[in-house]
Amino acid sequence: MSEILYLDGISVSFGGFKALNDLSLVIEADEMRAIIGPNGAGKTTMMDIITGRTRPDKGVVLFQGDIDLTRMDEAEIANLGIGRKFQKPTVFESHSVEDNLQLAQKAPRGPFTTLFAKLSGAQQAAIDATLETIALAAARRRLAGQLSHGQKQWLEIGMLLMQQPELLLVDEPVAGMTDAETEQTADLLRQIAKTRSVVVVEHDMEFVRALGTKVSVLHEGSVLSEGSLEVVQNDPRVIEVYLGR
Amino acid sequence: MKLNASTWIFAALLAGITIIAPILHLALPETSPLHVPTYALSLFGKYLSFALLALSVDLIWGYCGILSLGHGAFFTLGGYAMGMHLMRQIGDRGVYGNAELPDFMVFLNWHELPWYWLGFDNFIFALAMVILVPGALAFTFGWFAFRSRVSGVYLSIITQAMTFALMLAFFRNDMGFGGNNGLTDFKEILGFDLHSQGTRVGLFIASGTTLLAGFVLCRMIVASKLGKILVGIRDAESRTRFLGYRVEHYKLFVFTVSAVMAGIAGALYVPQVGIINPGEFAPANSIEIVIWVALGGRGTLIGAIIGAVLVNLAKSYLTAAFPEIWLFALGGLFVGVTLFLPRGIVGGIVGGLGITRLMGARGRA
Amino acid sequence: MPRHIILSMLLLFAAAAIYSPARADQTADILQGLTAKSFNAKISAVETLAASGDARVVAPLTALLEGRLHRRKADGAIVIVQAQDGKEFFFDALTGKPLGEAKPRSSKKIRVNNRLRGILRGALGALTLFSPDRAQRLTAAQSMFKSAGADSLAPLAKAYLKETDANVREALARTLAAVRLRHGSDEEKLAAAEMLADFPDREVRDLLANTAQKAQGGLLAAVTAAHKSIESRLNFFNILQYLFQGISLGSVLLLAAIGLAITFGVMGVINMAHGEMVMLGAYTTHVVQVIFHGYFPGAYTQSLLLAIPCAFLVTGLFGVVLERGVIRFLYGRPLETLLATWGLSLMLQQFVRSIFGPTNREVIAPTWMSGSIEITGGLALTNNRICIVIFAVLVFLLLTLLIRYTDFGLRMRAVTQNRAMANAVGIRSGWVDAMTFGLGSGVAGLAGVALSQIDNVSPNLGQGYIIDSFLVVVFGGVGSLWGTLVAALSLGLANKFLEPYAGAVLGKILILVLVILFIQKRPRGLFALKGRAAEA
Repeated sequence: MSEILYLDGISVSFGGFKALNDLSLVIEADEMRAIIGPNGAGKTTMMDIITGRTRPDKGVVLFQGDIDLTRMDEAEIANLGIGRKFQKPTVFESHSVEDNLQLAQKAPRGPFTTLFAKLSGAQQAAIDATLETIALAAARRRLAGQLSHGQKQWLEIGMLLMQQPELLLVDEPVAGMTDAETEQTADLLRQIAKTRSVVVVEHDMEFVRALGTKVSVLHEGSVLSEGSLEVVQNDPRVIEVYLGR
Repeated sequence: MKLNASTWIFAALLAGITIIAPILHLALPETSPLHVPTYALSLFGKYLSFALLALSVDLIWGYCGILSLGHGAFFTLGGYAMGMHLMRQIGDRGVYGNAELPDFMVFLNWHELPWYWLGFDNFIFALAMVILVPGALAFTFGWFAFRSRVSGVYLSIITQAMTFALMLAFFRNDMGFGGNNGLTDFKEILGFDLHSQGTRVGLFIASGTTLLAGFVLCRMIVASKLGKILVGIRDAESRTRFLGYRVEHYKLFVFTVSAVMAGIAGALYVPQVGIINPGEFAPANSIEIVIWVALGGRGTLIGAIIGAVLVNLAKSYLTAAFPEIWLFALGGLFVGVTLFLPRGIVGGIVGGLGITRLMGARGRA
Repeated sequence: MPRHIILSMLLLFAAAAIYSPARADQTADILQGLTAKSFNAKISAVETLAASGDARVVAPLTALLEGRLHRRKADGAIVIVQAQDGKEFFFDALTGKPLGEAKPRSSKKIRVNNRLRGILRGALGALTLFSPDRAQRLTAAQSMFKSAGADSLAPLAKAYLKETDANVREALARTLAAVRLRHGSDEEKLAAAEMLADFPDREVRDLLANTAQKAQGGLLAAVTAAHKSIESRLNFFNILQYLFQGISLGSVLLLAAIGLAITFGVMGVINMAHGEMVMLGAYTTHVVQVIFHGYFPGAYTQSLLLAIPCAFLVTGLFGVVLERGVIRFLYGRPLETLLATWGLSLMLQQFVRSIFGPTNREVIAPTWMSGSIEITGGLALTNNRICIVIFAVLVFLLLTLLIRYTDFGLRMRAVTQNRAMANAVGIRSGWVDAMTFGLGSGVAGLAGVALSQIDNVSPNLGQGYIIDSFLVVVFGGVGSLWGTLVAALSLGLANKFLEPYAGAVLGKILILVLVILFIQKRPRGLFALKGRAAEA
């Protein structure tokens, strides 16, 4: 296995507050990794660094071994094959479900090609397939803004699938979901992780358990502990952080 | 790109007005109740150029969320480019009878034409400038602004500063654009007397046709995948970015297209009103355009056209009949529309009928 | 020189009316001596007149020098001939009383020769130099700087020794040095050049520059050194002048923008009617003055002081009404807020225009605000500008203290930072919003009071400041009062330092372009908040 994402010695601070402090993390190809940690541990900031939204003060971020992500902007990084799902579901509310998927679909991204773009049969088929996967085929013509919270979460995951990313970053995908939806989402993510790498940030321990994958614990901007959920949960440092002094 | 039914209906309506109004003007005797008098034709020609301007603002504001408070600048620049051509057409018929220089340059004791006036004798060159000057300014301005992600009210404020700076610059006599008097006293366009009935009809038809073309162009843009991406940028900019779209390129594209449309609108406006001066750069004018769009319904295109015509009709009437009331009415319109009619007339009707899909996109901030 | 003579003539004619007839007769007798045939007799008459110290003789002597002193043939009276609208008129030589039109050949010109001319010049200079009026002496000393010849040296030196007023003495020393530089001996010239270096002004600089072109050797070195020293000091004064003008403009900008820094910076509300709040403040000042003046005529100082709280209350109240009536329905929709408040600004303008009319309203400044403080070398600070600088600093300090140390300030900051949390701990955020907006508007009203002193109070007053104010707030960084201060001052200074090179309008345009470019570089301004909160 080769590593798809390599973070080393990342530090970033906002006006004196160290959001990330010498963070190092390696994700292997086709690996699924869960990231947990208390509020303010730096989970979202880490995602921001990987996707080019925030520049690290120092440190190395490499994709697929040799691509330096710190020099690129969001769009470039997205086009390399890194998809990101936000904590709060972010879809195009005034577009239909189908259009949301069409916009996300992997295709040339320049203004002039999109001005004259036509949807091919193959592309339509791919959209139909994804609609099935995220169980929104019946709602394909509805406006995304009219969907339920859980449906929006799935639509966003569906959009990420249309991007055909190598690496998926998923921020709290089951926040606000019912138990049944949570379970379905875990299935969906495991399914996705078969063919690509997935990093999931989550608070919900049941969900992390359901994912059944390696876990990294973030605390005060760096990795505190790493391993299976069992190992991590029995790590005295983790217990101290979570149960408090 | 397929255009929906409402587009065709409205386009046909526009085409109808463009054809029928001149016929009613020319064919019917003045005594007929259906006769369209010359002044009304000129007035409506002016409204049509305003409608094109409103369309250009709706394209960026309604569909991409860019609120430009400086679009009057592009309009005025286009107007100046046309005005410079008309100025050169005066020839030696000016007050000073100088065939080489426009009157104001003679008045300022200038001895030769500044280099940036060269070429404006040629109509085609002037038309190219009508497109290139606003386009180039919008491209440069947008390139800097969008690349550094200036957005929302910040962008509004700096576009306003841009048009303000241009106004100050054009007020200066040294700039060589006639100072605060601007360019006026035009005689003819393409050899036709600007004051003749036939020319007025011609200008009206030109305005109507250009507006129609602009409307269809905008519709094609917003109905394309690019149009959907623009709406995506409006509603969830970072989502668009993380999907791999270069938001700044899209904004730059649509901003430049919109500025060119505004410039063309200005070029149509100038021969019909016979004057262009730096007052047109005033930030207040640019903000007024926005209320045309807001009243008609942003993000509907049709609304922009309707709003521009309605507000200007009201303005023509009120400023003549009750000049005291006009600013109250305009101000009240700003407040009333934002508070009670956030989707505008067209947006309100469409939303009320539950046929939002028909319009392609929902009007939203 | 001519201006000086006309001036002194006017003054002298005015003074003539006061003189006693007895003395006038005596002087008039000596004046008759000017009609003598021999030049020696005329010279002695001139010398007697000069020695009399009677200031009224300046007019006839000047006329004599200019060939306008005549003897009327009909009665032998000495008259001054003056041309007006192509005709000539007689005036009494001593009293300046008009004596009707001068018919051709009805009078005879009193002739002078070169020797007499020289003596006349000296006598004239000396006469005004010894005038009892301090202002006259000062004018004489200053105006002799450029043209006084060698024959003025003696009276100048004498006047210098006699002079008691420090300012006039200094002016005399300056002129004396200039005359010595032109006409003195070599040693005198050297000394004069050195001395002139102590008078850093444009006139001296130009004189030195001219002299340097003709001078040689030691004198050239001395003149060049003096010129250089003056040049550098003049530059320094110029910089001081720009500095003051810049700070003054900066304080005006600060006053206009600081209310906006609260409504826009703290609350995120784009209030396009902010300029109209300033305008309302200025009109309040006007109204207060009109009413107050009805009861206490002339009490301008008190009425201005009273206008400060009045303007704050009026515009503050207006702000509260605005916030409760319109703006609160538009929170979270900044672009709509912008449009609605723009509409309000149009209505307010028309409202004021309907009540007060479109023309400028007068606000009379108290006397202590007019006038200026002169600092050496033509560097003058006008009092009203100084007052505005002080006022701006006071308003800024009060606001900073209010926000940092009062309970209201605490609530305000709490609501800005986390509305939901503030509500949860029992702060009525709606009330805080209204009060904050009222505060911002009230401060705009204060700006209006200040601006009524330097700008036209018209319905368009606010329009002129709105774009600048927004640029200041955005440039300084939204949400930072200190940023607003720094931005206002730096924009004011930049404007004033650019003006001499680019001209007022071009300078302004340059500033606009620079700010636009700056915002591209740092979209969040000078003092931007960083981090996740700022990006959300």
